[in-house]
Amino acid sequence: MLTATGAPAPPTPRGPVSEVVVDALRGGPVRTVEPGDPYGDDLQLALHCCYELHYRGFAGVPADLEWDPALLTLRRELERTFLAALRAEVPAGDDVDAEVAALLVEPRGPHVRGVSHHLRRAGELWQLREYVTHRSIYHLKEADPQAWVIPRLTGAAKAGLVTVEHDEYGGGRPEHMHATLFAEMMRELALADTYGAYVDRVPGVTLAEVNLMTLCGLHRELRGASVGQFAMVELTSSPGSERLVRGMRRMGLGEAAVRFYDEHVEADAVHEAIAAHDLAEGLARTEPELMGDILFGGAALLELEGRFARAVLSAWDAGASSLLPPACG
Amino acid sequence: MENTVSDPTRMTLTDEGPALVTGPVEIELPDGRRVRSDRPVTALCLCRRSRRWPICDTSHRTKVRETPKDETDEEDDPC
Repeated sequence: MLTATGAPAPPTPRGPVSEVVVDALRGGPVRTVEPGDPYGDDLQLALHCCYELHYRGFAGVPADLEWDPALLTLRRELERTFLAALRAEVPAGDDVDAEVAALLVEPRGPHVRGVSHHLRRAGELWQLREYVTHRSIYHLKEADPQAWVIPRLTGAAKAGLVTVEHDEYGGGRPEHMHATLFAEMMRELALADTYGAYVDRVPGVTLAEVNLMTLCGLHRELRGASVGQFAMVELTSSPGSERLVRGMRRMGLGEAAVRFYDEHVEADAVHEAIAAHDLAEGLARTEPELMGDILFGGAALLELEGRFARAVLSAWDAGASSLLPPACG
Repeated sequence: MENTVSDPTRMTLTDEGPALVTGPVEIELPDGRRVRSDRPVTALCLCRRSRRWPICDTSHRTKVRETPKDETDEEDDPC
């Protein structure tokens, strides 16, 4: 499915909207279509395809389709639908200190629900492999969606973001790049580590989180939300990574498999301090009018995380796969 | 967090969390053992609760025991 340049084939459409976009990737006209369910598989896959043109593109698709006005017009409509749903769902906040303080409280005990809690306590190897499959959509391009926002920041916020990004990209060493560590873990778990290999297997609820990151990254107007979602990822990551490390060790997995999450326990302990102090608070100082958006970005990511966790855990509770079935033929 | 040749090493103390040190750093422990960190910034544990002491693992966070009625589905994810 891969070309020499590493671009995946266009995915299989899941409804009328993604069909229009995939047709357009293959040279068809961009037909008018209703956006449909903002969190649904169809819209999220369509948005994913529009966004991938800005990352690595698709095999056999001309690179200049990235700036095709008709496709951009459709993308804008999908983005507005998605964003309006999130804005309606997520309560508006205005106190960044209180929100950060609330996040730094770690719920404990046997009743805490969450994918990483489950994987630590009782998760099975097939469930871990599914979790990693979902997460591959982001981690194989880890830190890329946030890189778009760098030129839109100044001062402490910019320096803070770049410090974290530099670490995510391996501190100048390609072999330490987090996307590379993730790919190594995938191989250890006998999963395909090629970019885009599992897009057809993950539900819209998985694509939605990464789509939010790209949406906020690509629009200068949403730079506050981009910083907010990035800070949220960093603030909530370290304890979750620790739980995954413990779960993986309990499953008897070796160091090569555990390394990615192990690295994130320490890396994100640094990142959370920089993300909260330099990045989010720094931006709020220089552009106080963005406070609402910073909080919105974080809260929107949490909302999508919650949807993802509920979908995955309810499938597993029923003994079923949380992934879409493989395509036939 | 800048650290050029002419700049001194910067150490940032956070409110309740770790000390952030620009790296790479080598930390000598009381027993003479040395721990090396090559990251651009290292978080040093000051509260001694870290399972990875002297490196911070965010164990300084306040922990709240959750009851069955107060479930959360929010998930945390590495970045």
